[in-house]
Amino acid sequence: MLRLNGITKVFGGLTALEDVSFSVTGESITGVIGPNGAGKTTLFNIVTGLYTQTSGDVYLGGKNISFFNTEALAGLGLVRTFQNVELFGQMTVLENVMVGLHTGSKSGIFSCAFKLPRQIKEEKYIKKMSLEWLEFTGMADHAEMKAGNLPFGKGRLLEISRALAAKPRVILMDEPAAGLNSRETAELALLIRKIRKTGITIVLVEHDMDLVMDICDSIVVLNLGKKLAQGTPREIQENPSVIAAYLGEG
Amino acid sequence: MITEKKRQIFIFLIFTAAALSAPILLKGNYLLNVFVFVGINTMLAVALNLLLGYAGQISLGHAAFFGMGAYISGIITARFPVDPFLVMILAALCSGALAFVIGFPILKLKGHYLAMATLGFGIIMYIIFNETVELTGGPSGLSGIPNLHIGSLIFDNDLNNYYLVWTFTLAVMLLSINLSQSRIGRALRAIHDSEVAARVMGVNARILKVQIFTVSAVISAVAGSLYAHIMTFIAPASFGFNFSVELLTMVVVGGLGSIYGSFLGAAILTMLPELLRVFQNFDIVIYGLMLILMTMFMPGGLVSGIWAIAEFVAARIRKRKDDHAQA
Repeated sequence: MLRLNGITKVFGGLTALEDVSFSVTGESITGVIGPNGAGKTTLFNIVTGLYTQTSGDVYLGGKNISFFNTEALAGLGLVRTFQNVELFGQMTVLENVMVGLHTGSKSGIFSCAFKLPRQIKEEKYIKKMSLEWLEFTGMADHAEMKAGNLPFGKGRLLEISRALAAKPRVILMDEPAAGLNSRETAELALLIRKIRKTGITIVLVEHDMDLVMDICDSIVVLNLGKKLAQGTPREIQENPSVIAAYLGEG
Repeated sequence: MITEKKRQIFIFLIFTAAALSAPILLKGNYLLNVFVFVGINTMLAVALNLLLGYAGQISLGHAAFFGMGAYISGIITARFPVDPFLVMILAALCSGALAFVIGFPILKLKGHYLAMATLGFGIIMYIIFNETVELTGGPSGLSGIPNLHIGSLIFDNDLNNYYLVWTFTLAVMLLSINLSQSRIGRALRAIHDSEVAARVMGVNARILKVQIFTVSAVISAVAGSLYAHIMTFIAPASFGFNFSVELLTMVVVGGLGSIYGSFLGAAILTMLPELLRVFQNFDIVIYGLMLILMTMFMPGGLVSGIWAIAEFVAARIRKRKDDHAQA
C-alpha cells in the first residue's frame, strides 16, 4: 500500500535520513520506532509532503507520490495526525470533522455564497458523515464543544476522527499515545484496531513500546537516520542490533 | 427547539427589515445621509473581515481596491456616456484580476511581512491615484461623475441612495454569511487556526487565500464604484493609508469573523467623526487607541464582548438571587 524507496534527507550538513526503504502492506498496522533523533518525524513529514526529500521515492498504492503537495495527498487517501495535536481550536468539534470532508466535497466559493441546491445537499451529506465519524470514535457527545476547550486526550480522538472523515487509505499517526494516561492508551489501541477493520492502513510513530508491541503487525526500527531492522514485534524484540541500539552496546 | 440555521435566518430577516424601514424613522434627517456611508463602509468591513477574520490574513492596503473601483467607474463614466452599472462590473473585474495576480506572491508571506507587503501595495496605488493627473485629476480630485440610474429612476438623493447602497450591502452580508457557514468558510477558518493541519486535510491553502483575497477586492471595488457615483466627486485622500487603518479598526471593533460585527464597527466608525469633530485631524490617533483598547480588553470584538458582559451580569444576578434564597 505504501512503499518508501531509498529516502534520504539532508538538512544543511546533517543527514537526517539515509537510504531508508520499507513497504507497508494494505490493512496492516505498522509501527516506526527508534530513539529520539532517529528521523521518525522527518520521515512522516517527507511522506506527507511537508518536506521534500533529497533523494528517493514514495509510492502510494503503486503511484509515485514523491513530489505531490500535502493538500493533494489527502485527496489520494493519505492523511496524518500530529504529535502535538493540530486542531482548529476556534471551531467546534463537529466543524473540525467537517473540514475532514473537504476533499470529499467540491462546492466552490460561488455555489457556497449563493447556496445553490447542490451545495445545500452536499452540506447535509458533510454533516451526516461527520456525525457518523464522531459516533465511530466516541466523540459524538462533544460535537458542539469548541475544539480548543477539549482535554488533550479528547483532542487526540478528534484529530483521528477528522483524519478518518477524509476517507483515507493510509493514516500516519505521529505518537498517538503521547500525553495519554494508561486508560486512554488502552482505548486508543482498541480504536486503532477498529480503524484497521474498516480497511484502512495505519502507520504510527510511537514511543510507548507496550502499545507498539501489542497492536503492530510489523515494526520498522530507525536509528540515526538509517533503517536498523524490520519485522514482527517478536522478531524485533529478539533482534540483537535493535537491543544494542536501545540499551547501548555492552 | 429552534435550530441554529433557523435562528440565523431569523436574525438576518430582522436585520433586513430594520435596514429597509430605517429611512421612515430618519425621514428628512441628515442621519439618512450618514447611513448611506455606513452601508458602504459595512460592505468594505465585511470584505476585509472575510480576509482577516476568516482566513486570518491581514491587509493594510484595502483602501486601494476601494479606490480602484471608484476611479475606474469615475474616470470612464465622467468621460463617456456608457451605462454606469456596466462600468461597475468592469471595475469589479479589474480589481479582482489585480488582486488575483498580486495575491499569489503576496499571500505567500505571513504575519508582519504580509502586513508590510499590503501596506506597500496600498501606498503604490495611492501614489498612482495622486500622480496620474491626466486620468484621475490628481490631488485636486475627479469631478463630474454622473449619478447611477435605472431607467428614469435617478439615484441623486439620500433616500434613493440609501436603498441603492443597502440593497448591495444586504446582498454582500447575506452572501458572506452563506459563505462563512459552508465548506469554504470552514476551510478558511481552518487555515486561520492551523494552516498545516488544514493542508493535511486537503485544503489548498494557497489557492483559497488568493480566492478570498480576490472576492474581498471585488466587493471593495463595487463599494468604491457606488461611492464614486453617490459623491460625484472623488479625491485620492479618501483612499489612502488612513482609510485602510479605519477599515481595519471597523473590523476589529466589530469583531473578527462576525458579519454583523462588521456592520456595528462600520456604523460606529462612520458616526464617530461626526461626534469627534472637536478632535479634527487627530482621528487617526483615536482609531489607533481604539485598536489597542479593543485588542487588549475585547479581542473578540464588540458583539462577542457585549455578549460576554451580558452573560457575566446575568450570572451575577442569578448568584445574588440564590444567595438571597439561602439567607
